[in-house]
Amino acid sequence: MSVEKLTLDKRLGLNKYEIDSESHIEVREELCRECETKVCLYVCPAEVYKLEDDKLVYSYEDCLECGTCVIACRGGGRGAITWKNPRGGFGIVYRYG
Amino acid sequence: MAEEKFDVIVVGAGPAGSTAAYMLAKEGLSVLLVERGRQAGAKNMTGGIIYSRIVHEVFPRFWEEAPVERAITSYNIVFLNGRSALTLNFKCPRFADPPYNAFSVLRAKFDQWMAGKAEEAGAMIVTGATVDDLVMEDGKVKGIRSGGDEIFADVVIDAEGAKSLLVEKAGLRGDFNPADVSVGVKEVVELPEEVIDERFAVGKGEGAAFTLIGGLQGVVGGGFLYTNKSSLSLGIVARIDSLMEKKVKVHELIEDYKMHPYISRLIEGGSIVEYSAAILHERGLRQVPKLYTDGFLVTGSAACLLINNLFTLRGMDLAVASGAAAAKAVLRAKQKGDFSASTLSAYESFLRENFVLTDMETFSRVPDLMDNRRVFTVYPELLCLLMESLFSVHPAPTMKAFRRLRELMKGRVGLFEALGDLFKVYRAL
Repeated sequence: MSVEKLTLDKRLGLNKYEIDSESHIEVREELCRECETKVCLYVCPAEVYKLEDDKLVYSYEDCLECGTCVIACRGGGRGAITWKNPRGGFGIVYRYG
Repeated sequence: MAEEKFDVIVVGAGPAGSTAAYMLAKEGLSVLLVERGRQAGAKNMTGGIIYSRIVHEVFPRFWEEAPVERAITSYNIVFLNGRSALTLNFKCPRFADPPYNAFSVLRAKFDQWMAGKAEEAGAMIVTGATVDDLVMEDGKVKGIRSGGDEIFADVVIDAEGAKSLLVEKAGLRGDFNPADVSVGVKEVVELPEEVIDERFAVGKGEGAAFTLIGGLQGVVGGGFLYTNKSSLSLGIVARIDSLMEKKVKVHELIEDYKMHPYISRLIEGGSIVEYSAAILHERGLRQVPKLYTDGFLVTGSAACLLINNLFTLRGMDLAVASGAAAAKAVLRAKQKGDFSASTLSAYESFLRENFVLTDMETFSRVPDLMDNRRVFTVYPELLCLLMESLFSVHPAPTMKAFRRLRELMKGRVGLFEALGDLFKVYRAL
């Protein structure tokens, strides 16, 4: 028996979500484009933010609702990310917590 | 729901909010407790253990009915380098007897129990409702806005948790500094109850807690491991500025961490059932925002109430204490019929009387200690190397411990630097 690393996708797949049709995350593109640090790419525990062809894309469905991205973005980026709580009942549903 | 008015609206059914709602409803006030999760606890995660003294004051003998996991009798502080671990272990079987010392808990269940207490006491609970904003009039908080509805109250108690979006909206705090906040990520690892009893050498219903220092690739932070009934809560806590600076992905960091021989042996054979994350406010008293304004009180993690002094990491019991203090302040305001900031300021005195702010003051130097990178890198490494040397026989003349230590320090830390750090530890703890 040994311990194995689990990919992030597998870990997120274990979680329960109630996915909303509308995003609780917004990124202001004009600010994001100017941002050189793109700190959101590594601080987010769910890797919600990714670069695709130099453009930031985000999968709000995976969000664990910790709030790290906004603090990093305002503190070390351009403050392009706006994060609000998902609508009532939607988003992550912790079964253990 | 328009035009409805309550005595009190509490935002968030975690330990702070449910405690406040419970105490106020019990005194006959009309209380609305609003929770954005489908049920209480659905949005909450903890390391974590809850210290029982304060909870027992509000909910006497809560352990007889609350879904606690294990009574913690084994406390461990572990220093890690890449290949070994030095553990300071304290076992106290007396902690397995009432009133206990601390319990491991899982929030999905625990928070539901506490919210249930508030409901039993007469509070009205609405779940699945996100509070989007406060209703303000002339700088006074008059109620909340949720969805399209406005609901009014004499006073709003904010127990929304660490993101504290309403505190910001109320103008009581500015942006958080990434150097003041950590992100905690956790995996719940399922293991049979008997395997846990055996592996951690604890009696039935008893559990172990671990604080781990070092082994995080130089990132400012640490690890934790707590035993639940039939699962382990394993996680790391990493300061956000440190992740930014090192460009380390926190979700990869925790997987690397699990591969450390000390940790992998503790979780071996288990299967992960949940992956969660939350932020923690690390700057102590200096980070605590203004705690009240007209018609508004801030409690729990929303008020950055957290004590981390290496030996204990306290958040949930401070949340309960602050919820209780807020309830007392509201009762006084209700008697006077005055919910202005000056009446509600009694909240702060109550938070001193129950030692929340005094304890935070006592450890107010600890956060600065954590700014010192050597605490997370050089010293755990030195301690482990020294122990490795002391416990083994070398093909060279054996040195006395202190001489060996001086030799290991070369190139890592100067003697006066180390003495200075030691003095800072002494002053902080």
